[in-house]
Amino acid sequence: MTATTDLPLEPTVARSQPERKVKDTPGERASAGVAHVVLIIWSIIVIAPMLWTLLSSFKTSREIFASPFKLPAVPQFVNYVNAWQQAGIGRAFINTVIVVGVAMVLVMMLGSMCSYVLARFQFFGRRAIYYLMLSGLTFPVFLAIVPLFYVLKNFGLLNTLPGLIITYVAFALPFTVFFLYAFFRTLPYELAEAAAIDGAGEWKTFFLVMLPMARPGIASVAIFNFLGLWNQFLLPVALNTTRSNWVLAQAVAAFASQAGYRTDFGMLFASVIITIVPVLVVYVIFQRQLQASVTAGSLK
Amino acid sequence: MSTSAQATRATAPGTTPRRRRRRWTFDKISFMAVFLGVPLIIYVVFVISPFIQSVYYSLTDWGGFSTTMNFVGLANFKALLTDDLFLTALRNNIILLIVLPVFTIVVALIFASLVTVAGSNRGSVRGLHNSSFYRVVSFFPYVIPGVVIGLIWAQVYDPSSGLLNGVLTKIGLDQFQSYPWIGDERTALAASIFAMAWGGIGFYMVLFIAAIRGIEPELFEAMRIDGAGRWKTAMHLTMPMIRDNIQTAYIYLGIAALDGFVFMQALNPTGGPNNSTLVMGQVLFRTAFEHGKYGLATAMGVALSIVTLAFSALVFLVNRLLGAERDVAR
Repeated sequence: MTATTDLPLEPTVARSQPERKVKDTPGERASAGVAHVVLIIWSIIVIAPMLWTLLSSFKTSREIFASPFKLPAVPQFVNYVNAWQQAGIGRAFINTVIVVGVAMVLVMMLGSMCSYVLARFQFFGRRAIYYLMLSGLTFPVFLAIVPLFYVLKNFGLLNTLPGLIITYVAFALPFTVFFLYAFFRTLPYELAEAAAIDGAGEWKTFFLVMLPMARPGIASVAIFNFLGLWNQFLLPVALNTTRSNWVLAQAVAAFASQAGYRTDFGMLFASVIITIVPVLVVYVIFQRQLQASVTAGSLK
Repeated sequence: MSTSAQATRATAPGTTPRRRRRRWTFDKISFMAVFLGVPLIIYVVFVISPFIQSVYYSLTDWGGFSTTMNFVGLANFKALLTDDLFLTALRNNIILLIVLPVFTIVVALIFASLVTVAGSNRGSVRGLHNSSFYRVVSFFPYVIPGVVIGLIWAQVYDPSSGLLNGVLTKIGLDQFQSYPWIGDERTALAASIFAMAWGGIGFYMVLFIAAIRGIEPELFEAMRIDGAGRWKTAMHLTMPMIRDNIQTAYIYLGIAALDGFVFMQALNPTGGPNNSTLVMGQVLFRTAFEHGKYGLATAMGVALSIVTLAFSALVFLVNRLLGAERDVAR
């Protein structure tokens, strides 16, 4: 029985039943069954490649070539050691943590400052600045990449971690400002005024009153920024080509461009797993919040 | 909470609360200078100025290493129109632009409908029971780095040791024993598109589930009482009610399809068999950072931006022409 043949009949069946009956009708049960089957197949398609990657990361290259399904004779933990040391994944991991960590702190700080002023103050050019910020969300990064290369070069920041950090901050700003702007506008004015009456200056009001109140908004933007920056590829690959400064995406991509018979495939799969683990952890912890943010607004 | 505060909050971004005006104290000026100035300087230097410079460079013959830079007008754009490699990439991007959003949205819509509409049809708890598992699982690929998705699928598609051919041979389809999915011109682009869609379907499924749940249950009830089946309900109630969400999804996916750089670079760094998976980003990257033709490369960037903006505008226009304004009332 397929979903389509069964569906048109269903409502008439349902209609003949008394309302608010606890038990589902046969039609409802059948459609639920079909739905479960389809969704389970999709879940397998999603999970299988990742489980297979995990399995392969414990195999030798020879075992990987022999059969895609067989379990490893001896789990090759050495693949992870090789990935961490030989493939430079360890170095890249630390670089990524530094770059994404510092960039996150900076962009959340600068972004909340900027959006607070834009949302709460009246001054000349305010609207123009807001739209200038939005324009950064409109154009592809590819448009900027060549001149950006020379901007960084002129500052002596090309192929350096600080250069990458400031670029990450600049490109994450529009998104951050766009969403925190909306958030700051919803915060009540009374508290800020009460703080002012109590003699707090603008600086104190922001750091002691407004920033703590904006914490939920900041948290959800921070999750998206973390994912966006951790997964960033084009910027580092163009602007950060010194091997010792590579971030994870670059170190992993190196496998793709050199893939051949000499590649240690066990090491490749181990590298992939090492790269996924941090986002998996973030996903497991913040899964609810992530999906809630997607549903609440049309987040990018 | 006073009504005036509520009124100011409800206004458009153009207007600001009138309360904080006047009193330009040192405290306030220093505060605004630092809070607005620092982020703005970084943003203008590293984002806005490269965008603008790019438009200028695209009109020059800048080679990067040479100090001379001649203004050549639209010569770079003319050169692009006869550049076979770029046109191949443009063609591939356009195929991606048509196939990726449609495929992803259709599949995501089907899954979202299954979750929300299948199963119990009445009462307050509508939709499939225990469906959060599917949402959590399907959404996960969205957070995996694109380069990793590409690399995993490149291995899955591997002719001799890949998972896909392993499964196909296992179920008796021996002709796939060593079929190179991304090494054969006939399937390379389609297989790459599937890998990209794999990463996105869960995200759009969550988006659509939320949109469908946002429709008032009374409307479904009314459809049901009128005797409409699930299919009719989906086509005549659900789809029109979530058309703005579909539009948003279409634009995001279209922009992703016009990029595609990271996926294609991980799946087939050389552009695939006979350049069948080459995208504009890859050509731009090579032209700039391997051949040093910066003028030409920035022209490609401008062309890519124009196509992207034109696409977004087109989606808005089509949605409007198809009668989006009729639904504004809700």
